[in-house]
Amino acid sequence: MIFRRRPRPEPTDPFQPVPTRVPRAAPAPVAQAPRENPEKVRLRAERRLKFTAACFVMGFATVAVKMGAIAASEAREPSTGSLSGATIVNARADITDREGRVLATNVTATALYAQPHKMLDPVAAAEGLARIFPDMDAETWARRFTSGSKFFWLKGNISPEQQQAVHDLGEPGLLFGSREMRLYPNGPLAAHVLGGARYGAQDVRAAEIVGVAGVEKTFDAYLSDPAQEGAPLRLSLDLPIQAAVEHVLDGGMKLMNAKGAAAILMDIKTGEVISLASLPDFDPNSRPRPATEGDPADSPLFNRAVQGVYELGSTFKIFTTAQSLELGLTNAGTMIDTRGPLRQGRHSIRDFRNYGPQLSVADVIRHSSNVGTARMALDIGATRQKAFLESLGFFEPTPLEMVEAASGRPIVPERWPDITTMTVSYGHGLSTSPLHLAVGYASVLNGGTRVTPTLMAQETPPPLGPRIVSARVSAESRHMLRRVVTDGTASMGEVPGYHVGGKTGTADKPKHTGGYWEDKVIATFASVFPAHDPKYVLIVTLDEPEIRAAGEDRRTAGWTAVPVASEIVRRVAPLLGVRPDFDPAKDDFGAYLTQMARR
Amino acid sequence: MRGFIYTVSTVIVVLLGVWAYHEGYETRATEKAVAQLEREIGQRHQELSMLRAEWAYLNRPDRLQALAEMNFERLELMPLSSDHFALIEQVGYPLPVLVAEAPVVAAEDFSDVIIMNHRYGADTQPRVIAPPTLADDGEQLP
Repeated sequence: MIFRRRPRPEPTDPFQPVPTRVPRAAPAPVAQAPRENPEKVRLRAERRLKFTAACFVMGFATVAVKMGAIAASEAREPSTGSLSGATIVNARADITDREGRVLATNVTATALYAQPHKMLDPVAAAEGLARIFPDMDAETWARRFTSGSKFFWLKGNISPEQQQAVHDLGEPGLLFGSREMRLYPNGPLAAHVLGGARYGAQDVRAAEIVGVAGVEKTFDAYLSDPAQEGAPLRLSLDLPIQAAVEHVLDGGMKLMNAKGAAAILMDIKTGEVISLASLPDFDPNSRPRPATEGDPADSPLFNRAVQGVYELGSTFKIFTTAQSLELGLTNAGTMIDTRGPLRQGRHSIRDFRNYGPQLSVADVIRHSSNVGTARMALDIGATRQKAFLESLGFFEPTPLEMVEAASGRPIVPERWPDITTMTVSYGHGLSTSPLHLAVGYASVLNGGTRVTPTLMAQETPPPLGPRIVSARVSAESRHMLRRVVTDGTASMGEVPGYHVGGKTGTADKPKHTGGYWEDKVIATFASVFPAHDPKYVLIVTLDEPEIRAAGEDRRTAGWTAVPVASEIVRRVAPLLGVRPDFDPAKDDFGAYLTQMARR
Repeated sequence: MRGFIYTVSTVIVVLLGVWAYHEGYETRATEKAVAQLEREIGQRHQELSMLRAEWAYLNRPDRLQALAEMNFERLELMPLSSDHFALIEQVGYPLPVLVAEAPVVAAEDFSDVIIMNHRYGADTQPRVIAPPTLADDGEQLP
C-alpha cells in the first residue's frame, strides 16, 4: 500500500503539455551464463550443510562436556585467587616452653635495598646513607651505585627511625622490603638451647629464616613446614626455672671465680630437660660469630653442658658401687680395704686423706675413697664395667635434640687395662659431658630404668627404658648419696625440706700438652632430690673454681659446686612444685624401701 | 496468540539476562570483599603475633626480677622458698569453745531464735541470728 502508484494526472489543462507515452524499451537481453552442472551444485550445497551441521554438533558437544564436567566435579567454593590470607603470615613457627611461654617468635621487620638505575643522584644518596648508617662508607657506595649494577641489598633489618630518615632522603632508588625477623624475647635466656637464626634466601617481599644452631637448626624443617599451620614447638624447658637456674649459676660462677659453669635439671623419670644452662652465654638475637682464634671451648657459643667433655671425677663412684651391689659382690655394709696407696704397675692410687684400714661401701661413697672404689672395680672387672657404662650411654654422644649434642662425643680410652678400670671407677680417664652424667644419675637413681634425655615436652610419660639396676639397688644408692649430704663431703648441700642427696666430684683439668694442671679443677656436684622419692636430677659443674674460705684456697666441689647447687635447689624446688617435707624419718632407709614398694 | 508468546519469552530472556548480569557483578564484589577480609585477617594475625612478642618481651624474667627489686619496699616480693609452705596441721585455727550459756532475757520469747553455741576467734560475742521481721503486708523490713 505504501508503494501504491500515484494516480495518473488527467489532461485537464490544455496548456499543460501532456507527456507523451513512449513505450519503455525492452531491456537488453542479458547474456545468459551457461547453466552450471547440477551435480556440482548439489555437492556444494551438501558441503555447506555438512559444515553447518558440524558447527552445531561442536557447539552442543562443548555445552555437553561442560555440563558433564560440572555434574561430575565436586561442588567447591570458588577461590578468590588471593594468597594474602593468614597462611603465609608466620612462616616460621614459634618455640615455646612447656607452659606455652614464648621463647622464640617472629616480628615484622624492614629491609633496605637500592636500585641504582632508578636513582636521581647516586652520589648524594650514598652520602645520605653514610650519614644515617655510620658503618656505611659514602665513597664505596657511591662507586657501587654508579657501577651499572641494578640491585644492592643495603641493610637486612632497619629500625622505624632509620626507615623514616632514609625516606626523608627522597631518593626513589632506595626501597624498603618487608620481612619477618626472628625474635628471642627473653634475650640470653636458654640461648644455647635455642641457638639462633639467620636469613636464608631473600626477596624484596619476604625472607626465609634458617636456624643456625640449637633446636632452631635441629627442627628447621618442622618449624618452617607450612603443613604444621604454625603450631608452636613445645620444649620441655620451663622459663621461670631456667631463669632462676641461670641467675643463681651466674652468681655462683662469679663468687667462685670460675671461668665457666653448666647446670642441668632433668626430670628423673621422663628424661625431660627442665633447665639447661651454660655460662658464659650470648644473646641469640645477635649471635656472635664463632671464634676463629683461641680455644673454641672458651667461646660463649660453646655449650659446656652438652658439648663440653670433662673428666667428672668422683661423681662416677656411685656407678661402681651400684654395679657392685647389683652383681651381689657387696652390700652397703660390706667392709672394703682402703689401705693406700694402691699400686698398679707404675701408678699408685691414693685418697685425699687416709680413712683408716677399711670402710663400709656406704662410707666409701660418703668419704669418697678412691682406693675403696678402685678395689671394688677390680672385683667387677673391665668387661662388666665397660658393659655397665655402655648401657648408661657413656660411650656415645647423647641423643638430645640439638645439633651440638652430636659433637659432645665422650673420650673413651682405647685400651682398657686394669689401671683404666681403677681410674674410671672414680671418674678419671673417661671424659663425658655433664648431660651424660645427668642421664647416668637419672637412670640409676629413678628406680633403675634407663632414661633418654629429651628437650621435647612429653604429652604422655614415655615407656620405661631397659632396666639398669634393681629398684632396691637404686634405693640403696640414693640412701648412700643422701648420707654424703647429711654427713659427708657435700655437707653444704643440705636444703631444709628437700632431702637432697648427691655426690661431689673434683677432677684436675688435663693440660693440652699432656699431664694435669695442679691448680685447675672441674668441680661437679651431681644430686637428686628428694632422695627418698626421687623427682629431679641436678648436675652443677664449675670450670676452674677457686675460693678462699676458712683460711685456705678451696677448689674441691664440696666448697664450690655444692653451695651453688644447694642454692639452685632452694630456689627451684618450690617452683617445680616439690612439696617440702621436714620429717627426719624420711632419711631412714626404711622410708626409701616403702617408697620403692609403693611404686 | 503467537505474538503474545513471542513477547513474553523475549521479556523473560531480557529479565534473565539482567539477573545474570547482576549476579555476576555481585559475585565479583563479594570476591573482592572476601579478598579484603582475608588481607585484614592476615594483618590482624600479624598484629597479634607482634603483640604476643611484645607481651613476651615485657614479661621476660630479667625485667620482672628487676621490677620486683625496684619495688621491693611496696611489694616485698621474695623468691619462693620451702619455709613458705606449711602443713595443714600447722595452721593456727582457734579451737571452737563451748559458750556456757546464751544470755536469756525473760521478757522476750526466744523460741524461734537460733543461738550460735560456738565462738570463733578469741573474744567474740555469741551471735544471735533472728528470723527476719515481716511487716503486716508480708514485706521484709530492713
